[in-house]
Amino acid sequence: MSTSSITFSRRSFIRTSSLASGGLLIGFNLFTACKPKVQPPVDISKLNFNDFNAFIKIADNGAVTIFSPNPEIGQGVKTAMPMLIAEELDVAWNNVYVQQGILDTENYTRQLAGGSQSIRLGWEPLRQTGATARQMLVNAAAARWGVDPSECSTSEGVITNAKGETLGYGDVVKEAATVEVPEGVTLKAPKDFKIIGTDAKNVDIDKIITGKPLYGLDYKAEGMVYASVLRPPAFGKILESYDDTDAKAMPGVLDVIKIGEKINKLTEEGKGNWTVNMGQSDKVVVIAKSTWEALKAKEAIKAKWVDGTPLESTQMQDKKLLDLLDGKELKTMRKDGDIKKAFAQADKILERTYESPFLPHNCMEPMNFFANITADKIHLVGPVQTPEFAATAVADMLGRDVDQVHLEMTRMGGGFGRRLYGDFVYEVAEIADAIKKPVKLVFSREDDMNAGTYRPAIKYRIKAAVKDGEVTAYQLKEAAVNGNMYGLIPNFFPAGCIENYQVDVANYKSNITTGAWRAPYTNFLAFAEQSFFDELAETMGVDRIQLRLDLLQKAKGSTDERMEYSPERMENVIKTAVEKSGWGKQPDGTYQGFAAYYCHNSHVAEVANVELENGLPVVKKVTCVVDCGIVVNPLGAINQIEGGVIDGVGHAMYGELTFNEGKPQSENYDTYRLIRMREVPKVETHLIQNELAPTGLGEPTLPPAGAAVANALKAATGNRFTQQPFTKFPELMKVPAKPILG
Amino acid sequence: MPKYNINVNGVSKSVDVAEDTPLLWVLRDHLDLVGTKYGCGIAQCGACTVHIGGAAVRSCSLPIASVGDKAITTIEGLSEDGSHPVQQAWKEVDVPQCGYCQAGQIMTASALLDKNPSPSSDEIKTAMHGNICRCAAYTRIHKAVEVAASKLG
Repeated sequence: MSTSSITFSRRSFIRTSSLASGGLLIGFNLFTACKPKVQPPVDISKLNFNDFNAFIKIADNGAVTIFSPNPEIGQGVKTAMPMLIAEELDVAWNNVYVQQGILDTENYTRQLAGGSQSIRLGWEPLRQTGATARQMLVNAAAARWGVDPSECSTSEGVITNAKGETLGYGDVVKEAATVEVPEGVTLKAPKDFKIIGTDAKNVDIDKIITGKPLYGLDYKAEGMVYASVLRPPAFGKILESYDDTDAKAMPGVLDVIKIGEKINKLTEEGKGNWTVNMGQSDKVVVIAKSTWEALKAKEAIKAKWVDGTPLESTQMQDKKLLDLLDGKELKTMRKDGDIKKAFAQADKILERTYESPFLPHNCMEPMNFFANITADKIHLVGPVQTPEFAATAVADMLGRDVDQVHLEMTRMGGGFGRRLYGDFVYEVAEIADAIKKPVKLVFSREDDMNAGTYRPAIKYRIKAAVKDGEVTAYQLKEAAVNGNMYGLIPNFFPAGCIENYQVDVANYKSNITTGAWRAPYTNFLAFAEQSFFDELAETMGVDRIQLRLDLLQKAKGSTDERMEYSPERMENVIKTAVEKSGWGKQPDGTYQGFAAYYCHNSHVAEVANVELENGLPVVKKVTCVVDCGIVVNPLGAINQIEGGVIDGVGHAMYGELTFNEGKPQSENYDTYRLIRMREVPKVETHLIQNELAPTGLGEPTLPPAGAAVANALKAATGNRFTQQPFTKFPELMKVPAKPILG
Repeated sequence: MPKYNINVNGVSKSVDVAEDTPLLWVLRDHLDLVGTKYGCGIAQCGACTVHIGGAAVRSCSLPIASVGDKAITTIEGLSEDGSHPVQQAWKEVDVPQCGYCQAGQIMTASALLDKNPSPSSDEIKTAMHGNICRCAAYTRIHKAVEVAASKLG
């Protein structure tokens, strides 16, 4: 495997300008589809991000500012993406100031946070940008010295010629701004990296530890009022009428209005990228002088709701999904060989069903957004993972030109997929358009948990055939809500390892809004498949690790273009996890479970250690081995890995949102359990060292964690957990008394 | 609306708010001290933790009328410049992912260390159990409390 090559037109890729205030401004477009636009401004204060996607600014004194284009949701890209530029620019990281760039709705192809792709896709273009800027500075210095640029070298922002004379980047920025943009610059070999691969602290760390305003909820504007929205109490209910007399009499309340006309039209036209808890219902909005007054007055509105669409309950959902698995409406996503024939000829057949609940995202910062809409400008500020979608939808909704939208992204108090959906942006836009004032929409925690775009309940049924000690057929069926697994997932392991292989899917349309949740689909698919392989090994009477390794052997050397994972890299993480976790060499009383998974272009293997405390199993440790290629920022990477593992353990153990007549049955943390400090296992991380291009890291360590725990719980208790959350089945947690040997 | 005089970060402040207004929203909306975060509103997540008379308190569930003249410390007042040993430990360990819950974590941890300068691992876990970190940066939070304890000790 080699690093992927991204082609782009260099002339449209970089534009430069000298600044009236001194220094050089380099604007660059990040990805292939970008078009050249106007020249960058000469006055930094007039910086217009609609012209370019991102900027490097080099001041006369050599100080470097890098504007980071992608939304920061806690995944660390605001630190790691600028590191890629700084590496090739060849400046000292502690001289770099990072600033969040804002949305460019015109040129940009991927200014979003999702799919663990920011670093993978930015790897080449961001380094090219830094290298091009460096070469321009070198060319300017060489011209001043009257020497050939090839005689010059750089280090930490200083250019040195063959005679040993030096010039700082700041000394030559003026000339650099006028030189031609070089083409075909050479990138550093990994062995020469000075910044990539070193630990860089979160660029916002000082602001975070001192409580500076950073997040959407912290944003304030002159004359800003606060809005709280009363939405339908259950999915399927719609607003019939409301009485706002009491609410309007409450302190701080400025107005009570109804919204829905514009958002509902947007939904009808299929625009926007999801609206929540709609049922095409109108909503009632309290406008108040403060957050508390807005939230409190909302409780005083007397609304009458009527049934619009069917009110779903968890039992009904479970039945529908099981019926889909049993039924004939399955659509085949991949078919290799002939599973029917292989099952007919099998010595043994194993079939298991795995079931998961709905999950809310529970970002710690509840959904919120600011809007101020005037005759010539739509000013939007806040946390959203898909700013471009949001801006386009708002412009559509209000019948305005998208050029009028000025969207600023704040740091986000978590994303996990929830902020991919712009419902809260559309809501605040309709509110701001109606009241003609700057306004901040704030969700209460209850609003946040009950107006979600949930991870849908999913059920998998897996069936395998064994003949003469070999796995001869594998059939995976998925029954889900509102949609099915993405295109590439059917090509993940064990695709390519088993001659007769088939993936079939079906879904039903629900009025409960669902969406991407950290590691969409694979977050539960990994649990099902990696639990199944343990069960299959037990059925076959073979070693559970060896079974996986034997299967991988069959995929080696494959020329199948659909092959998504590398059998060699998967084998390597598995063997490393076996070694690092002390697999099979634990003292009595420690029970281990294994899982390995490929997703988001990364290969991961995990071993969970469970011990018994007071007769109950406790997850004490998870060993996690990751091959994500070159690690840009190990300090940030390990945080993502640990967080993904613990998140995976926590949701497998505790996470569940049920429904009764359309109403979510949890609305806050007193009735919804998230993993907390006392329940957290130790996480031991091992990163595979190689020089391959970086792949995803925000998501891939979560999916295998649930299976590693379930497999360890089986070892500890003798019981197999096939449904999440595990704590819903306390009888399976009990360890049977050991028989008294006689 | 009643007027309340409260003592925040060593400064006396006067606010006109309804008596049931939680201290959290007085700090955030009326005093522009937005470092204290809203997470759940029912004292279950710890994001809103401040010190009152030195003890860690959930400001989202504390009505302004019951605050009185007790000294309130928020994340902005823990130190002038982020130099408190707990803040420094958070930086040294590079704890945050999204960072939203961290002010509350730091306030809980600093109240713990005021009372118990060298807590055991178990005491740290118990003290920090009430603070949710959705990004699950728990192993670093635990480590940072240990680092802070060593700085204080």
